[in-house]
Amino acid sequence: MIALIGLVIGVALGFMLQPDVPLWLEPYLPIAIVAALDAMVGGVRARLEGIFDEKVFVVSFVGNTVIAALIVFLGDQLGVGSQLSTGVVVVLGIRIFSNVAGIRRKLFGA
Amino acid sequence: MTGGEREEEREEERREERPAGPRGPRGLLALLRPRAGAGQIAGGLLCLVLGFAVAAQVQSTKHDTTFATARQDELVGVLADLGQRSERLRADLRDLEDTKAQLERDAEGGTALEDARERATTYGLLAGTLPAEGPGIELLIGDPGHGVKAIDLLDALQELRDAGAEVVQVNDVRVGVDTYFLDGRNGVQADGESLSAPYRFLAIGDAHTMTTALNIPGGLVRTLRGAGATVLITPRAKVTIGAVRSP
Repeated sequence: MIALIGLVIGVALGFMLQPDVPLWLEPYLPIAIVAALDAMVGGVRARLEGIFDEKVFVVSFVGNTVIAALIVFLGDQLGVGSQLSTGVVVVLGIRIFSNVAGIRRKLFGA
Repeated sequence: MTGGEREEEREEERREERPAGPRGPRGLLALLRPRAGAGQIAGGLLCLVLGFAVAAQVQSTKHDTTFATARQDELVGVLADLGQRSERLRADLRDLEDTKAQLERDAEGGTALEDARERATTYGLLAGTLPAEGPGIELLIGDPGHGVKAIDLLDALQELRDAGAEVVQVNDVRVGVDTYFLDGRNGVQADGESLSAPYRFLAIGDAHTMTTALNIPGGLVRTLRGAGATVLITPRAKVTIGAVRSP
């Protein structure tokens, strides 16, 4: 519940303040967001399965975003930034789908 | 290994310790029940940051979609293109300003007259009403087997035009925009005049480009030789085209 409220407040704040994304963060923010979404969906699934742990959630959330951004950064340094970010997005997308499938099975039993 | 996978590993460890969570809509309700705790607050804060980041990213993508997503080398290409174009336009502008200054300077209209004459010469050359002279090539097509048809000569002419030939003459016929070739009873006709072999094309333009264009594999020369003709291409420093078309 608190997480949901936080999410709503965050979106509202973002749209009200209309912050400019700093230039150095621009290539990494989208990837980090996708990674965070993955962590969030994973957290919801874990909660539904009764194995949710705040510490794991926080660590996985922060870890996912940092590692995703780091991979893209490394890719940019190696000159394969766009390919690597595509790869990261694909992997995270697959994970999000499998997590959502888990949630669906828990909620609807199907 | 990412944090999410670690979570899955723990999931495996704990499956025996804890009972499975509530199923169905009740599970959703349980999910929404607020529970206070440091971890909960931390999760909420993280979600707040996530929402904020999503909103910021959406806003910034909405601002500029054309160049924001382009990569560095693409942007450099675009910039170089623009630089070249502005350079060209600037040169054009200088030329036009020069012309304007000259036109303004002589009130009698000497420059204007010269300009007009120059243009008349250019158009005369293009239309074929003036004789011309310049570097080019001579293309000699011998036809011992009578295998060369009008379409082959048209191909030769088009190939020369594509390769940048400015003025072309075939035997005694000056080629213009509406020149045609026709298979007649006694050989090929061009613009109503009978042509007899060997067909001699004189073309003014870049000799190297035209020679290359004619000689490309599977191109004109190969086709003509396949039809039993002999082809001879001679680059010339000075080609004189005397035939003219009546205006």
